[in-house]
Amino acid sequence: MSAMSAREQGFALCEVCGRLGKVAESERCLRCGARLHYRRPSSLERSWALLIAAYALYLPANLLPVMETQSLFGVQSDTIMSGVAFLWHSGSWVLALIVFSASIVVPLLKLLSLTVLLISVQRRRPGPRLPRARLYRLLELIGRWSMLDVYVVAILVALVQAQSLATMAPGPGVLAFAAVVVLSMLATMAFDPRLIWDRVQNEEIRRESN
Amino acid sequence: MTACHECDLLLRELTLPITAGAVSCPRCGAVLYRVSHDALERTLALTCAALVLLLVGNLFPIVGLNIQGHHVETTVLGAARQLWRDDMPLVALVLLATTVLMPLIELCALAWLLLPLRSGRRPPGFVIIFRALQLAHPWAMVEVFILGVLVSLVKLSHLADVLPGPAIWCFGALMLVLTVLSSLLDHRALWQAWEAAQE
Ligand SMILES: [Zn+2]
Ligand SMILES: [Zn+2]
Repeated sequence: MSAMSAREQGFALCEVCGRLGKVAESERCLRCGARLHYRRPSSLERSWALLIAAYALYLPANLLPVMETQSLFGVQSDTIMSGVAFLWHSGSWVLALIVFSASIVVPLLKLLSLTVLLISVQRRRPGPRLPRARLYRLLELIGRWSMLDVYVVAILVALVQAQSLATMAPGPGVLAFAAVVVLSMLATMAFDPRLIWDRVQNEEIRRESN
Repeated sequence: MTACHECDLLLRELTLPITAGAVSCPRCGAVLYRVSHDALERTLALTCAALVLLLVGNLFPIVGLNIQGHHVETTVLGAARQLWRDDMPLVALVLLATTVLMPLIELCALAWLLLPLRSGRRPPGFVIIFRALQLAHPWAMVEVFILGVLVSLVKLSHLADVLPGPAIWCFGALMLVLTVLSSLLDHRALWQAWEAAQE
């Protein structure tokens, strides 16, 4: 006996209120009036488009300076990586590791994992589904933490502005960085995790009919 | 009958496994809904507390600096204004949206929905307000902001005397309240209350 998906039975879960509705009876949810979809419309296309945009901005986000400090000793440009190095050398190892994970490891891991998920769904790769479902859930959870560096720059810039010792100004990197975080969050939201499981049922049905 | 929102498995509600107050999908493990008593009541109390903390947190400075006898301090709005002046309007908007606007929308929407529901009345515009709540939720990043404040405190401590402002405590408390709130809040319970309430 295989597990039945709602779609195979003609049911769709309302994305707004969570009511299960029969699509043959009404195209709209009977409780809240939202349009019913078996799967998020053009989920893969939207997810790919946002993901590719995020990839395109990943390098500028890491290479361009996020902050420019002007002091008596000259101008100093800080990238995300040099910010981590600064924390490391000043003895705040825990914080250096946190910033390194949130700003460099998490965004890259997120982009790569979403790519793997998209390809595995599109190519209909066989294999266990549960790890992929867990990976998706992890992506939803950790993506937001990359916003960390944007906040750090915002606070530093606001504080070290109105005095003579030094001035700090945000660099173009921070814009690219915020864009990477927002775009990769949107890409994860556009992806429909139900696609991960769809093929399983088709496989089981084929096996049963053989 | 219901279905899992993450794997589309068709489920009979009565036979679902309950783990620690949450009902989860037997196939993929996604949390389907939570079971708790007077959750709406407690959610409302936490929402009001969070609203106060958010407002106070935005009025007071987050961090202050002492450099050569000069005292500089900044609020969230001040930081956004500075970014705007430094030709970073988009980054300023992201900062404002994730730390002020989205949490505010989320909390106001919750209060709007919960207050009438508590006395068995249907709030006007339920569907639209619920949708706003749903859309705002992933973009409220108070907990990340707190970590950002801590990192900048450490970075600045090499430059000058750093004074944590009162708002940092507000945001810290807000973070805790929001964490409890999102572990209590159950969308299914909201819709059930709405169905049970009178027009
Ligand atoms: Zn609905
Ligand atoms: Zn499931």
